[in-house]
Amino acid sequence: MNDDRVADTPHVVVEDLVFRRGRKVVFDGLSLTVPRGRVTTVMGPSGTGKTTLLRLIGGQLRPDSGRIWVDGEEVARLSTRRLYALRKRMGMLFQTGALLTDMNVFENVAFPLREHTDLPEELIRNLVLMKLEAVGLRAARDLSPAELSGGMARRVALARAIALDPDMILYDEPFAGLDPITMGQIVTLIQRTNSTLGLTSVLVTHDVVEALDISDHVVLIAEGRVMDAGTVEQVRAGASEWSKQFLEGRPDGPVPFHYPGDSYRDDLMRDRESGNG
Amino acid sequence: MADFLARLGRSGLHWLALLGRASIFLFRVLSAQDAVVRRFRLTLIEIYSVGVRSLLIIVVSGLFVGMVLGYQGYITLVNFGATEALGGAVALSLVRELGPVVTALLFAGRAGSALTAEIGLMKTTEQLSAMEMMAVDPYRRVFAPRFFAGFLSLPLLAAMFSAVGVMGGYIVGVGLLGVDAGSYFSQMQAVTDWREDVLSGVIKSIVFGFVVTWIAIFQGFDAEPTSEGISRATTQTVVISALAVLGLDFVLTGLMFT
Repeated sequence: MNDDRVADTPHVVVEDLVFRRGRKVVFDGLSLTVPRGRVTTVMGPSGTGKTTLLRLIGGQLRPDSGRIWVDGEEVARLSTRRLYALRKRMGMLFQTGALLTDMNVFENVAFPLREHTDLPEELIRNLVLMKLEAVGLRAARDLSPAELSGGMARRVALARAIALDPDMILYDEPFAGLDPITMGQIVTLIQRTNSTLGLTSVLVTHDVVEALDISDHVVLIAEGRVMDAGTVEQVRAGASEWSKQFLEGRPDGPVPFHYPGDSYRDDLMRDRESGNG
Repeated sequence: MADFLARLGRSGLHWLALLGRASIFLFRVLSAQDAVVRRFRLTLIEIYSVGVRSLLIIVVSGLFVGMVLGYQGYITLVNFGATEALGGAVALSLVRELGPVVTALLFAGRAGSALTAEIGLMKTTEQLSAMEMMAVDPYRRVFAPRFFAGFLSLPLLAAMFSAVGVMGGYIVGVGLLGVDAGSYFSQMQAVTDWREDVLSGVIKSIVFGFVVTWIAIFQGFDAEPTSEGISRATTQTVVISALAVLGLDFVLTGLMFT
């Protein structure tokens, strides 16, 4: 009974989040929830602050106002020790993989285990091989990060992210710049990791097709706020004009093709007038 | 005029903000120094990379500087018929000034720039962020061992520079120019005072080690995460370190020998 109640509470709650970078307002009253044990995808055009949102959830940035709860704890108010304890239950997959370049694949996956546990070396070896087997790269354990392709680096990073058996994984643009085969592998891995380990997954991406395929819950953000949110079906059915344009990839619509400015005609005429003058 | 004042003000504020960030960074690195003992293996690796791998350039430079001092000292001293004082002249120049200063300048170029580039690249490729997200504190895992390694290595390298320099002076003075070997070393012993000369040189190199390593690590940490940003940070490490070393040398010499 108690477990059901925990399972029903959202894993992440963002409430009235305001975040600025210099004068630019990145989030202006953003609110969203991430259900526990599901795949939630946050989508939006490039530059809308999707990665920034992940960093705010992970406590690497602090909001200007508003609150973020992860697992019932308010991230910005945690002491460094408690924040680090929370992060041990949270994996993050960076867009580039962010593998430590002075270590090989095996050492990279072993890194969090060695830093946070006193497990004997044999056990660490077995755990690392299990995680690498899960991402299909057991045989690549002696390679250095420089020898890996972009997709392989991301898979190693995923093995590292699940090394400490976290409750939640944050994926930053997991599909960016991958060929179709590698993309398929990553999609399968995210799905499999989520279902077999029962994790909460948060993806930020602008790859609509792949993301909608594996998502249970979708949040569309633009201009610092949530445009649409709900299950994939709900978002597709009740989508606003903006969301339709985004989901269908139309070049023009509420987000204009042309950068806002004076009319073309006025611009041309002004040139002519100043030329005459 | 107003424009000039505004620019001056902006640049002043920029430098003050930079100094503030650097001080906070230093405070956090110093607060994490217990990691140096707890993670001694990491510190040893850094001492190897920062100190041992700088040995070649330090030893070769020390030898040449010592040989030049031997020549120059001999040319001056021979006019006064005092060539036996060569050992003292060479040793004093090295221990008091050239050892700490030249070593610090070479260290900034060799190890300082490498530290900046390494940390800057770790920042650019999100390795530092990844560590933070794995609940590993980069101050303890990355910065503290490197800071301690630099701080410890520079005085040792400076001592090595001076020792090899003395041998360089010996090779030229005694080996080529015929100064008596006994007077070379006895003069050196007679004029070099432990507290006045050796200790002041050691204090200088400790201060330089602290400052150069601080600048190098902070520049990497504060670098703009682009290739241009890292290139600028690496250059700044060498330029700012060189100016800081020469400026501090003047101040320290003023304090010690007046």
